[in-house]
Amino acid sequence: MLEMTGISKIYRTDLIETHALRDFSLKVGDGEFVAVTGPSGSGKTTFMNVAGLLETFDTGTYRLDGEDVSRLSDEARSRLRNEKIGFIFQSFNLIPDLDIFDNVDVPLRYRGLGRKDREQRIKSALEVVGLSSRMHHMPSQLSGGQQQRAAIARALAGDPRFLLADEPTGNVDSLMARQVMDLLEQINEMGTTIIMVTHDPELARRAHRNVHIVDGQISDLKPYEPREEGYVGSGAAASPMAMSQA
Amino acid sequence: MFGYYLELAFRNLKRNPGLTALMIGAVALGIAVCVMTLTMYRAMSGNPIWWKNDVLYAVTMDFWDPEQPAWDQKPDLPPTQFTYRDALAVYASDIPKRKVIMHKAVGIVSVDGQQVKPERALTRVTTKDFFAIFDVPMQYGGTWTDAADTGPEPVMVISRKLNEKLFAGANSVGERIRWNDNEFRIVGVRDHWMPLPTFYDVNNGSLEEPEDVYIPFGWNAALEIYSAGNTNGWKPEEVDTYEDFLNSENIWVQMWVELPDAQSRDRFMAFLDNYATQQKNAGRHQRPLNNRLTKPDQWLVDNDVVGNDDRVLVGLAFAFLAVCLLNTVGLLLAKFLNGAPMTGVRRALGASRKQVFYQHLVEVGVVSSIGAALGLVLGAVLLVGLRALYTLDPSDAAGTQAIAHVDMTSVVTALVLAFVATLAAGLYPAWRIGRIPPASYLKAQ
Repeated sequence: MLEMTGISKIYRTDLIETHALRDFSLKVGDGEFVAVTGPSGSGKTTFMNVAGLLETFDTGTYRLDGEDVSRLSDEARSRLRNEKIGFIFQSFNLIPDLDIFDNVDVPLRYRGLGRKDREQRIKSALEVVGLSSRMHHMPSQLSGGQQQRAAIARALAGDPRFLLADEPTGNVDSLMARQVMDLLEQINEMGTTIIMVTHDPELARRAHRNVHIVDGQISDLKPYEPREEGYVGSGAAASPMAMSQA
Repeated sequence: MFGYYLELAFRNLKRNPGLTALMIGAVALGIAVCVMTLTMYRAMSGNPIWWKNDVLYAVTMDFWDPEQPAWDQKPDLPPTQFTYRDALAVYASDIPKRKVIMHKAVGIVSVDGQQVKPERALTRVTTKDFFAIFDVPMQYGGTWTDAADTGPEPVMVISRKLNEKLFAGANSVGERIRWNDNEFRIVGVRDHWMPLPTFYDVNNGSLEEPEDVYIPFGWNAALEIYSAGNTNGWKPEEVDTYEDFLNSENIWVQMWVELPDAQSRDRFMAFLDNYATQQKNAGRHQRPLNNRLTKPDQWLVDNDVVGNDDRVLVGLAFAFLAVCLLNTVGLLLAKFLNGAPMTGVRRALGASRKQVFYQHLVEVGVVSSIGAALGLVLGAVLLVGLRALYTLDPSDAAGTQAIAHVDMTSVVTALVLAFVATLAAGLYPAWRIGRIPPASYLKAQ
């Protein structure tokens, strides 16, 4: 579970202070699919960065999977990121001089897994996203949709509890966008909690819940109601990786 | 993880070949200049006869002005040379296993009936043990006898270089040669030999090539040979004739002895002290007793063979290396920051600051290793160039071989230098890249 209470984040320069998040509180339950919407500059990306432990915050408390992350060292935050969080970026962020196999391998390397274990996880993740036949292609040899699916495979390979997706369909055409969303729903149905930032109201409607952010605060919050269909529950056995390996 | 970091390092270096070449080039150039300078410094400050350091001694006695020391800067040290008569008196001792008294001179050499023009030749007027005591290699023949020293007999040893010039390199033992219009018979040809520094006579610099001609010491009196090195005196004397010169208090003769053990050393020291006391009693040499037997390594230190210029040169070389490394730091920083977005992705995927730091440090290590290897090759090339500058006649490059030779110590020094210096230079960029918050990288995407 992800629980933020009274979080504030201020960016300071010599001249101005920008309040990116003000007294921001949000609770996301296990297995939820939350869409975060809001106008540009409203604080969506800051929220995602704080949620993904990529940025610190000034005040408030943040508990991730029951653990207070406010005062964790860089080492501990990195380990949490590596083990519990998967990132999907708008611009895919694949490493251009690594092939797809090696790109998916990156988070597993930092976890210190053995070669066989890594290989198995990479193959499973690529199978989930339907890219098994392209594992030795370079990112530049793939279409935008395929690159995003490779990025999803990279996020999935570590078997994370949370998937943070920042405009995951922003750089692909509408057909590919639908495929990516289908994939995210499929992953969520297998138990992974997903928080997705989007500008697209159509995509937001496909989430369990919408969180609308304006000026660093939540302006509209629909309560969480777990879906009855397709929800398998959390835990390794129900994870997309476990499903694939099974 | 080291293997993974190494793999990433090579990938990253291949990504920007121009920048990589610049960094490696900067490191290599800095290392090469340092290797060259250090090799030169080692050649000049090293002991070229280290294997005999415990048995070979420069003999000095303080027969200088009773009112003041010979060296203002080092008042404890006696002068480096002997008067002619003191040299002969001490040379008479049969305690040393080998002994030599000698000085530098200049003569004109020519060969009757040959087309080669007479030429000026640096000459060492010496007793016969010169070749054995300093392990001088011979190409043909050998040295002369005791009788030739005292006779004196008209015998001569010439250098390989002079032999090649006068006799086209053939075995010239037995050939006749004229030295200052006096006929000598060649008994030996010295092979390539150039101890660096030229420790046995440091009076006129320590990078000179050894003399081309060697004649018996006994010829001094017969041919009235003056020293072409330093002749120093402290006493106002009337020196009208060569005999006056030989009997004067002028010092111009160097003396070395070989004493194989402590016992012979003590005995010879006692001999020197007795002789000095005897001279004092006779009214000469009124300075306090200060006779010394100095080993070659200490001799080089005492005589400031490694001058301040050399140390300054080494300092400048290291300053140059620092400039090269500073440039490398800039290039590394630019390269790492250029790759920051990808580092940001890695951070987002779970790499800690420490892991990012190590990854980049390994990349620096690869740059430093290649830079060091290239620096060694470049250093060797620079040394060969230096050799060409120092040697007018490449056929007699014996001494400069020492300059142009990159020894193991220089290799190890270069490697240590490269690793320590470049890693030190890479610490900041590697640390800096790890400190930037990952979100900033991702925004840059």
